[in-house]
Amino acid sequence: MSDKLISIENLSFGYGKKLLHKDINMQFNRGKVSAIMGGSGCGKTTILRLIGGQLTPNSGKVLVDGDIVHEQDRNGIYHLRRKMGMLFQHGALFTDLSVYENVAFPMREHTDLPENIIRDLVLLKLNAVGLRGAHNKMPAELSGGMARRVALARAVALDPDIIMYDEPFAGLDPISMAVICDLIRSLNDALGATSIIVTHDVAETFSFADYIYFLADGTVAAEGSPKQLMASKLPFVRQFIHSEKDGPVPFHADAPSYQEDLRL
Amino acid sequence: MNWLTNVLGNIGFAFRSRLYRLGAGTRLFFLTMIYSADSFKRIHLTIREIYFTGVLSLVIIVVSAFFVGMVLGLQGYYTLEKYGSSEAIGVLVALALVRELGPVVTALLFAGRAGTAITAEIGLMKATEQLSAMEMMAVSPVARIIGPRFWAGMISMPILATIFSMVGILGGYFIAVIVIGVDEGAFWSQMQANVDFQNDIVDGAIKSIVFGFACTMIALFEGFDAPPTAEGVSRATTRTVVISSLAVLGLDFILTSFMFV
Amino acid sequence: MERAKIDIWVGLLVVLGIAALFGLATKVGNLTSNDIKETYTVLAHFENIGGLKPRAPVKGAGVVVGRVKSIVFDTEAYHAVVKIDIDKRYVFPKDTFANIYTSGLLGEQYIGLEAGGEDANLEEGDRIKFTQDAVVLEKLISQFLYNKASEEEK
Repeated sequence: MSDKLISIENLSFGYGKKLLHKDINMQFNRGKVSAIMGGSGCGKTTILRLIGGQLTPNSGKVLVDGDIVHEQDRNGIYHLRRKMGMLFQHGALFTDLSVYENVAFPMREHTDLPENIIRDLVLLKLNAVGLRGAHNKMPAELSGGMARRVALARAVALDPDIIMYDEPFAGLDPISMAVICDLIRSLNDALGATSIIVTHDVAETFSFADYIYFLADGTVAAEGSPKQLMASKLPFVRQFIHSEKDGPVPFHADAPSYQEDLRL
Repeated sequence: MNWLTNVLGNIGFAFRSRLYRLGAGTRLFFLTMIYSADSFKRIHLTIREIYFTGVLSLVIIVVSAFFVGMVLGLQGYYTLEKYGSSEAIGVLVALALVRELGPVVTALLFAGRAGTAITAEIGLMKATEQLSAMEMMAVSPVARIIGPRFWAGMISMPILATIFSMVGILGGYFIAVIVIGVDEGAFWSQMQANVDFQNDIVDGAIKSIVFGFACTMIALFEGFDAPPTAEGVSRATTRTVVISSLAVLGLDFILTSFMFV
Repeated sequence: MERAKIDIWVGLLVVLGIAALFGLATKVGNLTSNDIKETYTVLAHFENIGGLKPRAPVKGAGVVVGRVKSIVFDTEAYHAVVKIDIDKRYVFPKDTFANIYTSGLLGEQYIGLEAGGEDANLEEGDRIKFTQDAVVLEKLISQFLYNKASEEEK
């Protein structure tokens, strides 16, 4: 069993002519919590979609447990996705199903378990995220933080090997943020899973991630453990970590000179 | 000369993009067919969709049918009376409804009510990433979301069209016989003598099945293809109504020229 | 929305649909009539069929006893060959007259059968020997004008 569960090799991807990722390499090790960070629009979420097989790379490969993702047939993709759980940015709960039915969904679709066992499992998962009492509610009745926790319970319903998080901290209050942080770490360790988090939240991520990748301009600008990156002297990393307004990522977008615009 | 190339370019682009949509829509249709077995395994999903497209459209269908029938009775009577053929009012109402108005008006109402609901729902599911989430859970959205709605539409439409025709005839009966005073016997007997089950009623049913296919498929495709923004979804629902209506009227012409000429 | 409630409503929809279909078929259409019964086919030749169309009714004493099956032009004898399907329940003698009438003043045309007196009956494939063509309006008018003109001359 290779240590590298997910491997991205020489990946280039772009919508249309402009390349979003240019020849990047990333590895995600078994059992570790890794984070992909970077400015908005640099292609972080796209990496998750490439791993999940929703997008096909222009060139290069994405390997999951030795299998090349975009070369899989329907059956192959099916088995691949069975190993994964994904938490979408706003939860993406099915609005016409209750909380209970949302979490039960993957179980009902992929297993033949009888209803009473499913009930036990659903309540188990909801308990892990602290929402066992809300199992009768509809998604519309939940707050943002609660919805995301239910979505997390749904993502881990079948005890996946890989759990992916798309901006799990976006728009949460500090308490919910702390809860999710804790859950990500504890679920990863409890399930022995490999977690990948896409985020731009520095403080939270640095507190529990094992390895961090920084994406900028379509390449991996920096990578390393939180400790290594805190000590990094790279200007881009420094700007990001210390939340500086201006640096390698400029404040002003490309524009003609101010004098020209004001017609002085 | 620049404007000419611009115009040609625009026409070419519009043509190509419509061709692309037609192709994408066809592909969605074939995918739906392939996954149909799944849609019937989860029969309850399909039944649920029949409730939402069919049962919830009943009110508008029945009320509209009654009014359409009454108007036919009223207008028809005063025109026929001039030629001394007021007893043919039954035939007029029945044939107009069964052959044309039943299938067509039902289809237009269906597109407006159920079609837009389908488009908005699927478009919204796309915008809130629910379809993506389903894909990542290795469940095909075509099997679970599109399929049941497609079969629900195909089943609901003929049922609704038949109900429309029947209620319309009752509306015509109400106006002609009860309000105006045309002879009841003449009303029904003339109708029975001139409306042929095979030619008229069955052909009307075939029309409604074809319209059901068109309206449902258009609604599904527009929702599935909508850009995942608020504006995208609202534009998609408008497009559903417009394209469905045009398709229904165009198909009606084609089918009528096949069947009744 | 529990399952039971939805199922009941969908069942109701289907029942209404079937009821409507039944209503249309019986009260509105003519499914209760004789179209589904067995028929036998006879032929008739006409010089002019006027506006007669396939599926036009064939009546005896005003009662629908059959339908026109097909109308073709005989290129050797230059007349129309009309095939008629008559319900097996109704038999007509071999010397029956087949006339083309118009229902109402401007209505559709149909074939009226007037029974003769022979003992032997028409069978499958037989030909009705006595026919009367449709009244063509133009010929009627020109005849009228001709008569009027010759009257004036006198």
